[in-house]
Amino acid sequence: MASIDEGIDYSDIEAKYQVHYEDSLDNTLVIDNVPVIDKSKQEKLLARICKEISRKGVPAKPEDIYMPWNDATGKSHGFLFIEFRNADDANLALAAMHLHPFDAKHTFKVNRFTDIERYEKMDESYVEPEIEEYTPREHLRGWLADAQGRDQYVTYRGEDVEIHWHGKPSQSELAMKPDWKDFLYVAWSPLGTYVATLHRQGVRLWGGPSWKPQQRFAHPLVKLIDFSPCEQYLVTWSNDAIVVPDGAPQGPQYLSPDDEGNNIAVWDIKSGHLLRTFSAVNDSDATRKQMQWPALKWSPDDKYVARVTPGQMISVHELPSMYLHGKKSLKIEGVVDFEWCPLGDKDRDDAEKDAQAASNGGAAAAAKSGKKARENMLVYWTPEVVNQPARVTLLGFPSRAILRQKNLFNVTECKLYWQNQADFLCVKVDRHTKTKKSIFCNLEIFRVREKDYPVEVVELKDTVTDFSWEPKGERFAIVSSSDPNLGNAGPGITVKTDISFYQLDHGKNDFKLLRTLSNRTSNAIRWSPRGRHVVLATVGSSSKSELEFWDLDFNLDDVGQTRANQDWGSGIQLLGTADHYALTDVEWDPSGRYLATSASSWTHTLENGYAIWDFRGQEITKLILDRFKQFIWRPRPRTLLTKEQQRQVRKNLKEYSRTFDEEDAAEESNVSAELIALRKRLVDEWNAWRIRTKSEYFGDAAARARSSPDVHSEEKEEIEVWVEELIDQVEEVL
Amino acid sequence: MLQEYKTSCLFTVFLETDSAARLVSFLPFLKFLLKSAGHERSLTQLKFNAEGDLLISCSKDHVINVWYSHNGERLGTYDGNNGTVWTVDIDSESRFLVSGSADNTLRLWNVATGKCLYTWEFPTAVKRVAFNEDDTKVVCITEQRMGYQCAIRVFDINREGDGTNQSEEPLYFFNPIGSKATVCAFTLMKDIIITGHESGKVALFNVKTGEEIENNERAHSDHVTDLQLSKDRTYCVTSSKDKLARIHDIKTLMVIKTYTTETPLNSAALAPTRPYVLLGGGQEAMNVTTTSIRQGKFETRFWHKVYEEEVGRVKGHFGPINTIAVHPAGTCYASGGEDGFVRVHHFDDSYFKAQPYGAVDIED
Repeated sequence: MASIDEGIDYSDIEAKYQVHYEDSLDNTLVIDNVPVIDKSKQEKLLARICKEISRKGVPAKPEDIYMPWNDATGKSHGFLFIEFRNADDANLALAAMHLHPFDAKHTFKVNRFTDIERYEKMDESYVEPEIEEYTPREHLRGWLADAQGRDQYVTYRGEDVEIHWHGKPSQSELAMKPDWKDFLYVAWSPLGTYVATLHRQGVRLWGGPSWKPQQRFAHPLVKLIDFSPCEQYLVTWSNDAIVVPDGAPQGPQYLSPDDEGNNIAVWDIKSGHLLRTFSAVNDSDATRKQMQWPALKWSPDDKYVARVTPGQMISVHELPSMYLHGKKSLKIEGVVDFEWCPLGDKDRDDAEKDAQAASNGGAAAAAKSGKKARENMLVYWTPEVVNQPARVTLLGFPSRAILRQKNLFNVTECKLYWQNQADFLCVKVDRHTKTKKSIFCNLEIFRVREKDYPVEVVELKDTVTDFSWEPKGERFAIVSSSDPNLGNAGPGITVKTDISFYQLDHGKNDFKLLRTLSNRTSNAIRWSPRGRHVVLATVGSSSKSELEFWDLDFNLDDVGQTRANQDWGSGIQLLGTADHYALTDVEWDPSGRYLATSASSWTHTLENGYAIWDFRGQEITKLILDRFKQFIWRPRPRTLLTKEQQRQVRKNLKEYSRTFDEEDAAEESNVSAELIALRKRLVDEWNAWRIRTKSEYFGDAAARARSSPDVHSEEKEEIEVWVEELIDQVEEVL
Repeated sequence: MLQEYKTSCLFTVFLETDSAARLVSFLPFLKFLLKSAGHERSLTQLKFNAEGDLLISCSKDHVINVWYSHNGERLGTYDGNNGTVWTVDIDSESRFLVSGSADNTLRLWNVATGKCLYTWEFPTAVKRVAFNEDDTKVVCITEQRMGYQCAIRVFDINREGDGTNQSEEPLYFFNPIGSKATVCAFTLMKDIIITGHESGKVALFNVKTGEEIENNERAHSDHVTDLQLSKDRTYCVTSSKDKLARIHDIKTLMVIKTYTTETPLNSAALAPTRPYVLLGGGQEAMNVTTTSIRQGKFETRFWHKVYEEEVGRVKGHFGPINTIAVHPAGTCYASGGEDGFVRVHHFDDSYFKAQPYGAVDIED
């Protein structure tokens, strides 16, 4: 055995398993400015120092102190070394004892031993810092320049994220499979520039064609995030209050000790700086009720962010300073909820014109154009309190002028729905009868673009469970139900619902019922982002999972055409129905051409996966993938084309469509050619294998005989079968 | 207690087109359905005789039934088993029937009279039986239980006389090493059988010596539930709990085709004359009560044998499908389910005419 051992080099193994002794000096501090004493006082001095350190909560013993002596004078040097159990204790002692007034003359100066060593060895000569070469960053919106105009989507399955292109079958390909690890979920920013992942340590943003890290926000244990509408800011929330450990990195990007105990943080996306933190727990109310998310609501231009303290006030903060606007909150007794008015395309154009005029230096120019950008608006509601009716208030901001108020009675709950162009505001009022036994619904519709904000009321007898405006349109859809099972959801219970469409009647200026689809199970309305098309889905049911694809302008060739000369509601047409078992999410792509449905394993584990449909309800892709979690289309920013250019595109649509048709035809033949080739290959392989095996067993002759069916075909027997069927037998008594 | 239920119905069948995966047509390729409830408990195996006019079914309710396949009339029963009948096989002359049962017996029956001709007793239940090509031998697999190993026995069948004069001792006997065998069949090679195992292994054994002459350990990753031979016994299809069905070359055990489904499979059958494979399965029986029909996936699936693509489904059972058999002439098929029903579906003209992916000659 010994002879084998010889000549083997064990040094690598020894090195690997060598016991590491604690040999760092991180646990040692140097205390300066200690009184200079002679030996007789040493014991007393050390005892006192230890006592003072121990009083700060760090155990210290005189044996751990080493005091060097000047042998020539017999006195101490006025400094000493002290060793603690570990580096953490040393850090604590450092924080506690630095600049500690020991007595009137002596104030301690404490340093880490390793620091002294390091600074002593510091190279004094100046070295020119190397200038990093400029590397151009990738364009964050590069995907918009895709030649085929494809959209992207992200899927999250198991531990894998994939970003896909979605286009024609041959163009639908994997764009990227990043190796992002250990995060809760992914989220797109509202304009699609970034994708965010939520990690234990905080949020990370990724972007650009190669999905490089773009920014990070160190909010530990973050659970929810919310982007501001213009992607300038990010709000993060964690269930656990912020704790800043000692020795945590400091800087504008990091949480500081002042933020401790808070849950919500606001960040600047470009710089990565922390702007402010908030506490989510306002009062006892918050624990009782579920937390609202987003907790902070952004004005559509990113200028303000507001949050509500239920029952008391709305606090509006200015960006980027995050100071309270006007130094005071809007005190509103009883306020429950509020919403900012979104920016319509028109408002954006106006705002741009304003900005242009201002930069040209002429306020007069802006005045001349006649259109001044509309002020931000928010709407809030307060419930009934003694002697005071419930109230919905439309407020201008920053002027804080009350634009319109509406009193409401017998109110149980209000929900505020803005149309996305800010033309209309619907307040869905759940009202109770005097006995408070049954609930019915009123829709109070504010026409925001008109003078004095006229209000229209649509009264309904049933409970309305969902409401949705047509984007850029004058229609809305509601889900109402009179099902007694409503509200007590349970396994196997599918609530029967009615879906109704309403449209603004320009003649009378009120909203009129277009059509009601009764006796459905649909509980979700998803309008196409371009309007006109709508999908009704049954979500979250274990037995029903229908999708209905509706077109509301079926008779029109072009959306621009007038609707006046046709029958009311006649243009509503069912385009198709589909079924995606146990679906949990329904989402249109940003172009309004495709719809994605997914069944996420976060909700259940039955047939997880996703499907993509076109707007007519034809299935394009369907994948059943276990452990599938998320499917999100990448949002698109607003178009850069001017009104004029858009009109031009519409005008030349025929020409464009010709080229598209050609591309489609080429695509189709391409794909089928590939498929046919593949199938031919499969058949050839199979046939070759069959002939080979047959000849192995039966010899060549037999194989030939067997492969040609006419030789071997069996004789067929002709059997005639008489079927007598007694249809009816009547006995008559003669 | 014959129950008969006739209807002419159309089945929705999903057919994949050349361009993309989408539903293009409703292909009513099955014209006539027949549901027989001669059993009170779940079906275990179905077999057609060589001509296809008789259908033998066995179930957990101890009874073997024989039916006319064209109308579902029950011809008779084979009574005598005292436990679940796991398996049956019928010889090519429709003279003898063998059955294997949980009462630890292998029985030989007279097909025409229903008389039990001979009974072999074993220490454990019989899980699978099969005739060889010329009906002179029967192979049987017995369960591994109560300290007894899984055993494979081959018996000579004395076809002289009335068939009651059989030798008690097996011709060959051996214990396959490793994972227990669940299914088996004779190959064309002399004294060689093909077996499927609980571990997912598919192997060839020489029954004379008990030697494993070829194996594919990774044919499946779970319990092999069924193994059916092609008409000429040169290849076979296996189904498994691992949700796959596969076609194997019987000599090399090479996997030729794989059909990937999303449910555990209990049975796989080859359709003669047409390039299809029929697969059946569904949620485990123990989970059935907690799942709906929709989730249970209790449909018979038709897969294209060569392209490995699903071409259609037939609904009907209320529980997992345990066994599928196809008529030797390929004109109808039968499925037996955990729900106790045997369903016989007759294919209509369009089934024979359909050229799902263009006209090509595919060897059977």
